Amino acid sequence: MSGLELLSDQGFRLDGRRPRELRKIECKMGVFQQANGSAYIEQGNTKALATVYGPHEVTGNRSKIEHDKVLINCQYSMATFSTGERRSRSTGDRKSQEMQLHLKKTFEAAILTQLYPRSQIDIYVQILQADGGNYSACVNAATLAIIDAGIPMKDFVCASTAGFVSDTPIADISYLEESQGGPELVVALLPKSDQIVEFQVNSRLHLDNFEKVLDMAIKGCKDVHAVLTRVVKDHVGQLASKMSKT
Amino acid sequence: MLKSKSFVKKTRKGGVIKIVREHYLRDDIWCGSEACSQCKQDSFVLEKAPSVASDKCNFPHYILPDTNVVLHQVDILEDEIIKNCILLQTVQQEVKHRSLPAYKRIQGLTTNSDKKFYVFSNEYHKETFIERLGGETANDYNDRVIRKAATWYSQHLEKNGENVPKIVLLTNDRANREKAKNEGIIAYTVHEYVQSLTDKPYLVDRLAQLAKDENDKEKVDQDIKTGKGRNVLYPEHLNLAAIQKGIKEGKYKQGTFLSSRENFREGYVSIPGEEKMYFIKGLANQNRVVSNDTVAIEVLPKSKWTCPSSLVEVDENVDPEAENSLENDEETTSSVVNSSAQPTCRVVGVIKRNWRQYCGTLEPPSMKGGSRHLFKPAEKRIPKIRIETRQAESLLGHRIIVTIDSWPRNSRYPVGHFVKNLGKIGDKDTENEVLLLEHDVPHATFSETVLSFLPKMPWVITEEDLKVRTDLRWLDICSVDPPGCTDIDDALHCRSLDNGNLEVGVHIADVSHFIQPGNALDEEASNRGTTVYLTDKRIDMVPDLLSSNLCSLRGGEERFAFSVLWEMTKNAEIIETKFMKSVIRSRAALTYEEAQLRIDDKSQSDAVTTSLRNLLALAKILKKGRLDKGALVLASPEIRFNIDSETHDPIDVQEKMIRETNSMVEEFMLLANTSVAKKILKDFTKSALLRRHPVPPPSQYEMAIKAALSRGFKLEIDNGLALSQSLDKAVMEDNPLFNTLLRMLTTRCMTQAVYFSSGTVPEEDFFHFGLASPIYTHFTSPIRRYADLMVHRMLAVAIGYSEVYPELLNSEKMQDICKNLNYRHKMAQYAGRSSVELHTHIFFRDKVTIEDGYILFIRKNALQVFIPKYGFEGTLYLKEKGKDSIFTYNEQEPSQSAGHIKFRLFDKVLVQISTETTNLQHQRLRLQLVQPEVPGFSVPRTPASSSRKEDEEPPAKKLKQK
Ligand SMILES: [Zn+2]
Repeated sequence: MSGLELLSDQGFRLDGRRPRELRKIECKMGVFQQANGSAYIEQGNTKALATVYGPHEVTGNRSKIEHDKVLINCQYSMATFSTGERRSRSTGDRKSQEMQLHLKKTFEAAILTQLYPRSQIDIYVQILQADGGNYSACVNAATLAIIDAGIPMKDFVCASTAGFVSDTPIADISYLEESQGGPELVVALLPKSDQIVEFQVNSRLHLDNFEKVLDMAIKGCKDVHAVLTRVVKDHVGQLASKMSKT
Repeated sequence: MLKSKSFVKKTRKGGVIKIVREHYLRDDIWCGSEACSQCKQDSFVLEKAPSVASDKCNFPHYILPDTNVVLHQVDILEDEIIKNCILLQTVQQEVKHRSLPAYKRIQGLTTNSDKKFYVFSNEYHKETFIERLGGETANDYNDRVIRKAATWYSQHLEKNGENVPKIVLLTNDRANREKAKNEGIIAYTVHEYVQSLTDKPYLVDRLAQLAKDENDKEKVDQDIKTGKGRNVLYPEHLNLAAIQKGIKEGKYKQGTFLSSRENFREGYVSIPGEEKMYFIKGLANQNRVVSNDTVAIEVLPKSKWTCPSSLVEVDENVDPEAENSLENDEETTSSVVNSSAQPTCRVVGVIKRNWRQYCGTLEPPSMKGGSRHLFKPAEKRIPKIRIETRQAESLLGHRIIVTIDSWPRNSRYPVGHFVKNLGKIGDKDTENEVLLLEHDVPHATFSETVLSFLPKMPWVITEEDLKVRTDLRWLDICSVDPPGCTDIDDALHCRSLDNGNLEVGVHIADVSHFIQPGNALDEEASNRGTTVYLTDKRIDMVPDLLSSNLCSLRGGEERFAFSVLWEMTKNAEIIETKFMKSVIRSRAALTYEEAQLRIDDKSQSDAVTTSLRNLLALAKILKKGRLDKGALVLASPEIRFNIDSETHDPIDVQEKMIRETNSMVEEFMLLANTSVAKKILKDFTKSALLRRHPVPPPSQYEMAIKAALSRGFKLEIDNGLALSQSLDKAVMEDNPLFNTLLRMLTTRCMTQAVYFSSGTVPEEDFFHFGLASPIYTHFTSPIRRYADLMVHRMLAVAIGYSEVYPELLNSEKMQDICKNLNYRHKMAQYAGRSSVELHTHIFFRDKVTIEDGYILFIRKNALQVFIPKYGFEGTLYLKEKGKDSIFTYNEQEPSQSAGHIKFRLFDKVLVQISTETTNLQHQRLRLQLVQPEVPGFSVPRTPASSSRKEDEEPPAKKLKQK
């Protein structure tokens, strides 16, 4: 561990947040006309773009067709300029594959898949800028894009992270905090039912502290939910006013 | 919750990588002042009406120091008169970056509620954050940030009406001060401010002497430019860049400087990874470095190599104004003997200063009235320090603390300032304080935070406790300790099993039950590392409630223990080993003597006594087994002072009696430690906390081999067993103490045993040489050793009692802990020895006694004599200052002879012990020869002061030459 003091005695984190505060979230729905649904999200300096196509007929290998539910195809990538060090990334590397799998699992649990048997939904997410919490940003962006596409879901899927520093759980950890090697909990939640659809722990966390940190992560998800709900309402409101004008 | 916050981004560029960091600014950071009704704070730090009498600032005010003031004047800030201080986050961070020790002291101030130091997170505050301008230096920016905060505070407080405290900015930077004044901020230098404090005129003594040196430095530079360089005594230091370049090119080396104890003009530099040290001669070559500084050196060409002068030279100068020369510096440098020349070097620059606070005394002034004085540190390796004080009169004859601030090129001595008066020389409390400080023993009373983690009283054992612990209250357990022991770590039992074997139990206080890893109590204990035992005082590692009560396995009381149970045959062969957390009730807390009496008293046959007899029988077998494997019996003199209960002065000494029961307890502790070491290594292969005793390299035994040979004995050093056997054989009929003395010498040849993390050393090096054990650790004294506490935690995990936490598995962290523990243990040992020495001095004050002594070393001008009765060593000088010695020194034998008298190693002599009274500052014990009589040298045996009976055989006989 480096000597960085992640939490000051006055209770501030390096970027000025208090332990339970999320980074600023900005988002926009319907950013592309070509896609069925799209959304852009900024969580602090982490920026993600999600586009959704479908449901449509299964493309490519027909053997992948599922007879009782829709096939969800996730593609994850990071823009070459997304990190400080510029490097070209193939979508096929291990990390991306893993992320793809996590995203697929997450949305299979949220989308009402049985409504569209024998068809396919494509979810493309790209990290434009990475500053910690990439998975969360992807999930939150994809949720908005799916709503934009009008695909029915059980609930919003909201994701957030939590860490543990000097005996204190901290919400929505940034890259700098992430890179200090402390424990990190990643949670994706269906907020209305409090159902956890995805859950990861990185690095060791003592069992005694687990609950506190999990609570913090869940609270983070709920805060994200509040923001997303507002965005969706605004977006729908705008659409409605546009429609009424025409 | 985020909407209300605006934010800006800070960009840091380094190379091609662009790092963008978010920086949130807030409107919920309060000012901390009780005078404010604007902020929604529920507690205050800064007082409503701070009252400090200042003739410059005669209005209520808060001080706001800048980084340099905090960094250099912590001593001032720590003074009780300084309160109500605003510490900016910017300042705090910069201090942390530049000096960790200073930062820690500041942390101490901010957590002390009496001091009323408020940390203001100005960089997160919406109205005090400012961005760095293009082209602005870091320094200018920081100054501007500090002024901005000062302005904000003034305006913010003014909103609360009249007579609110004002802000006084303390900065010694002239430009900053002027800018501040232009912006309407009240600003002073810390010197001006401290001088203005009418209630505490002597506080100025504690100001670091830096501001003046800045001027001095300018003056020196000027002098050099204008060719008037006569004030300059020392060459310039290279800057860090030049040093690094030189080291890369192999021109310079980096090492640690250590001044010689004997001669202040000589010193050594040890380079990491190089066995031989480099010699430095002359003050100019040392160029203002102090022992322990990390320095850059240049090795001199061979033609300039020289060697230690074998002169004992003490800096006798007492005149603080004697600054115009390094007198005789060159003279001593010139005497070179080619054959014995050593690699010699000179200092070219300083990489890191390691200055600390030093204890010592003020030199009596050479003239009256001056404010400049010389301070003489107790540690001989540290040069005298020039300080300014107006209270010199009252400091004379006292022990004081002084710190070094700088060492300018035109000053013969380093310049420092007075920190604290410890009290009168010779006063026992003062001297105790000195020895604790000098050995870096943390001895402050435990803080509120630490105490808050203690269990709440009354403490009771609950049903829950009994569910997870084995109930051993039915066993006849007892403890055996020295008399007066209140921190009882260990207790024992032994009972017969139905199958004819014996069950032996070692029960250790379950300290880890009461101290959770990572809390303030644990951190304090970890830092202290060990309880320190002084002759008349104990400095506990953990608070009294634990050490003397809840953890102490007192007789008749139910206590938590960590137990090791063995099933053994009557021949002490171990059949099975079990570890468990338990509840016990010791039947009796015995002393060694009581236990011995019980064992010896044939009429007693109660359970505890039978248990003790069995334990003793087993212990004897175990001990024999160990010795057969090559464990060493080492010797170090141990004595006890009987202390007067009222004056706390020592009134008598006695040698520690070693009874069978001592070694009985020791034997089972060794066994428990070894068993536990094996167990924890299985679960913590990389991070087990173990203890090893390295096998000493043969070269280290040289001194002992030579000493044994002088009496015709050969020490075998091939391995522990051979050494142990050859030591056993070294017995002189007519000198019963010879064997003990030889063992003492041998012990001194050995390296210390150390704690280590198992991941840092290959397994074959786990060996404990002294105990001849392939693996060892410390488990049996968790009340007084932190190592044992860590081992308890590991064992608790290993037996599935508690959960593992990350630090336990981290080899590096464990090694860091070990490093501190090794340091603390060494220091605790030294402190203990110094304490005995101190009491020896007090004991001999106003006394003259004659005692038996034995010669341990023979030096060129002195004999080192060991006095068994008091367990101390003293120097018997053979040569008086300014006179020729009547003795002839034979280095080979070694011996010193005069006429028909010849002194050889281990010879018995009769010496008169008294206290040297010539120098009040440094009272020393003085040894004078009584017998054998050497005309013109030995002193007569004055019957009045003799403690010996006349009819005893004079020891001189043996010394006569045949
Ligand atoms: Zn206020």
